[in-house]
Amino acid sequence: MTVESVVQAVYLVAAVLFVLSLAGLSKQETARRGVLLGMTGMGLALAATVALALDRSERPVGVTAGLILLVLLVGAAVGTWRARTVEMTQMPELIALLHSFVGAAAVLVGFGSYLTEPHTGGAGSTVHLVEVFLGVLIGAVTFTGSVVAFGKLSARLRSSPLMLPGRNWLNLAAVVACGGLLWWFLVAGSAGLLPLLLMTAVALALGWHLVAAIGGGDMPVVVSMLNSYSGWAAAAAGFMLGNDLLIITGALVGSSGAILSYLMCRAMNRSFVSVILGGFGAGTGTVAQGGVAEPGSYRETTALEVADRLTAARSVIVVPGYGMAVAKAQYPVADLVARLTARGTTVRFGIHPVAGRLPGHMNVLLAEAKVPYDQVLGMDEINDDFPGTDVVLVIGANDTVNPAAQDDPASPIAGMPVLEVWQAREVVVFKRSMATGYAGVQNPLFFRENTAMLFGDAKDQVELIVQAL
Amino acid sequence: MRIGIPDDGGPLVPATPTTTARLVGLGYDVVVAAGAGAGAGFPDAAYQAAGAAVVPDAEAWAADVVTVTRAPDALATPGPAGLRPGARGPDGLRIGAVLIAQIAPAARPDLVRALANRGVTALALDAVPRISRAQSLDVLSALSNVAGYRAVVEAAAEFGGMFSGQVTAAGTTPPANVFVIGAGVAGLAAIGAAGSLGAQVRAFDVRPEAAEQIESMGATVVRADDAAQQVSADGYASALTTDQEAAALRAYAVETAAADIVITTALVRGTAPTTITAEMVATMRPGSVIVDLAAPGGGNCELTVPGRRVVSDNGVVILGWTDLPDRMPRHTSELLGTAVANLVQLGTPGRDGRLALDQEDVVVRGMTVAAGGEVLWPPPPVAVSAPTAPGGPASVADPSSRAGLAETTGSRKAGPTVRARPAVRNGLLMLGALLAVLAVAASPAEQAAHFTVLALAVVVGFYVISHVSHALHTPLMSQTNAISGIILVGGMLQIGSSDPVVTTLAVLASAVASINIFGGFLVTHRMLGMFRRGDTAEGSNR
Repeated sequence: MTVESVVQAVYLVAAVLFVLSLAGLSKQETARRGVLLGMTGMGLALAATVALALDRSERPVGVTAGLILLVLLVGAAVGTWRARTVEMTQMPELIALLHSFVGAAAVLVGFGSYLTEPHTGGAGSTVHLVEVFLGVLIGAVTFTGSVVAFGKLSARLRSSPLMLPGRNWLNLAAVVACGGLLWWFLVAGSAGLLPLLLMTAVALALGWHLVAAIGGGDMPVVVSMLNSYSGWAAAAAGFMLGNDLLIITGALVGSSGAILSYLMCRAMNRSFVSVILGGFGAGTGTVAQGGVAEPGSYRETTALEVADRLTAARSVIVVPGYGMAVAKAQYPVADLVARLTARGTTVRFGIHPVAGRLPGHMNVLLAEAKVPYDQVLGMDEINDDFPGTDVVLVIGANDTVNPAAQDDPASPIAGMPVLEVWQAREVVVFKRSMATGYAGVQNPLFFRENTAMLFGDAKDQVELIVQAL
Repeated sequence: MRIGIPDDGGPLVPATPTTTARLVGLGYDVVVAAGAGAGAGFPDAAYQAAGAAVVPDAEAWAADVVTVTRAPDALATPGPAGLRPGARGPDGLRIGAVLIAQIAPAARPDLVRALANRGVTALALDAVPRISRAQSLDVLSALSNVAGYRAVVEAAAEFGGMFSGQVTAAGTTPPANVFVIGAGVAGLAAIGAAGSLGAQVRAFDVRPEAAEQIESMGATVVRADDAAQQVSADGYASALTTDQEAAALRAYAVETAAADIVITTALVRGTAPTTITAEMVATMRPGSVIVDLAAPGGGNCELTVPGRRVVSDNGVVILGWTDLPDRMPRHTSELLGTAVANLVQLGTPGRDGRLALDQEDVVVRGMTVAAGGEVLWPPPPVAVSAPTAPGGPASVADPSSRAGLAETTGSRKAGPTVRARPAVRNGLLMLGALLAVLAVAASPAEQAAHFTVLALAVVVGFYVISHVSHALHTPLMSQTNAISGIILVGGMLQIGSSDPVVTTLAVLASAVASINIFGGFLVTHRMLGMFRRGDTAEGSNR
């Protein structure tokens, strides 16, 4: 029994723990246990790795141990600080940033792997070179892509899509260039550092451009896609290092991100390719055409009137959107809901799968504000209940409640599943102004006779309603 | 400007304390005649609390804008009465004042003429164009709705039995059969009210598009194909041809004979066609009730006397009440008041208490029956979008929004769905599988084992993740993100390398990866700590 074999056994345990951890996340009741399992698995894996690293160390063991300790201290300090201070409305940014770290690590590990392994030629060596190349490629795309996503989500970059002429051709050219560089890299063998560096530069540019071309509202897809990439980057690193734990973990994360992306795309009734190729909501011809809504007048209301209606209502559904996150209105909303519930009103939340900037973002915000999760329902669970509902409060949502998705085949969002709020007796829409949503489509909901508009900052307005109650 | 709400003697009042507050909020001074709201149960004090002044009736008539439920007949008498300052009652209406009321311009040209002669700007609440955005002003729909409901209440009071069928130990009673003619707003309201009392409701309308609205209210549609009209262009029914009429009458005869209650609501542009002949009444059972909502237009039943209750020779009660909405003054007043407030809001774009009527607006133009000394009735025709596009927002032209509802649900699944062409997709899949097989075959045995692990892990991941509830997607993402920090393993193993460059790279890689691990796990843990069930946390409820 060598250190190596013990480590492999521990890795196996860790891999199983990771699978159980993700399985635990499938339900609220078991989710916290899932996280603890994940932490345990990670702890075991790291302990085993430290042992292996010290065992294999080519330098004095003390130096290696010191470096490892330093690294872990830095990681623990920075990671803990970020995790404790981040606001829940900023979760998308944090997650995008963390993805970029995985991408960066994958690039660095790839270079390290290339520099350490001897390249003597032969099939094994070629395979290893391909693995290094792919690992660095995926890592680099993940890195810059995540950085851009982070910039867009934190409003450091403009969230509108970057529309370069022939942008799809640029992407294709980058991919072709990478293919050429791969060939050069394989031929060059141990002198292949230059093509590897060149490819890294191309991949970094590709990642940047890919995400820059996607608008802010599609970020849920992009973030989960990057999540997937970061997993594949880890898996590629596992191949180049011959480490099964990395492969298993990377594959788990990679498929998780892929499934989430797929769910998001289905919730928008758009193909994955069309989201990734970007440019949506940039006001192109089709959007303008679909946006010709019937000119109509809308009915404005006041916080006091809304309070009256809520007092009279027996069942209320709240439909939050990104606007609620921007206005940080989740606390007053939760307060309002708690008060209504205390009066005996049935109050529930209806969440569209792509509400917010991250899959499940709204759920996290509402949980933060201490809304019980059994009051928060998904679109499929609640859509049939709107006809029997007295009042629907739409807070900062727009495209996800747009009846044009069902009524108007010419609309850019035609066919997208939406929350059918208009079937309720009365709808109150909280909105800053009459501007269009992310998709640039006018929303006929606002002009329906059972819809009233409440303009202004969502947080202030909800607080006024709470006072009036 | 000053808005006056005089006491027109009836139980209704076109402004409630709630809508008065809205008018005050639009910048108007509101004066209410003492006792104006008493009939509808709104005391003067409530108006004062809403910001209005309570004044004598004459002062309310002398305001810049006067709103009453119905324009009083006194206004129709031509003459200089209105010119006299200090005149009392309706005669006190000032020259150039704005009158908002139900005017019935089609039936009362003399009234419209007299108002024009006085220089009054007259806005008829009962001449709102039937377009969707004007619905919040449409008192006809609101009043018809109340009338339809009340008609059922009146019928139930006259009918000697229960509406719902009951099976009891003391015997079984059958449900009442209610037949509703005309599925406009009033008809649909009657269907709804009768159905909720437990009656079996059948209904008929000459407009074919009304059938699904009838069904949406839970009634059975009576079909008479020969009587079916073309889809109407403006949302109103039109007069029938002789053949159609004969077919319709045959249907009425069959249905009325079987019915306990007949509620007839057929009004074709203000006039009432005959739907129930004296012979049909003769075939009905004694104790049956006919409620004629068309009584104000003369009545659909030949035996109807407007405003009276008559009993036929065979004991059928025929109610010809013309004041059904007035019999529910509280809610009717609320609906009227809201329509008036909506109209004033439409006319006060600046919210500055100044009425600025935009005659370019088809809604305002349609309602204005007199202005600047001229009669402006009838207005130029307005095309309704209603029947042109089924499935669109069109059907809202009919005031029962139920129709729009039914159609949108119908088209729910009609939207295009994104789907790659299957042939292309299958081709790509096969190509990918082939490449993967070649790659595995070309690699050394050790690598093949790794591929096995990869493939199995992907499948496991797919099944595990597919069961994650949507609400937990964000924690899932940060958890997987933390786990993908496992790349730290790769970095750490390289730290021990003898090459300083590799060590540097490895240290950097490990540092960022470990930030990921710690940050990811902690933030996931923090998030999940916030998720809680409703029942376990009652104590800490804010």
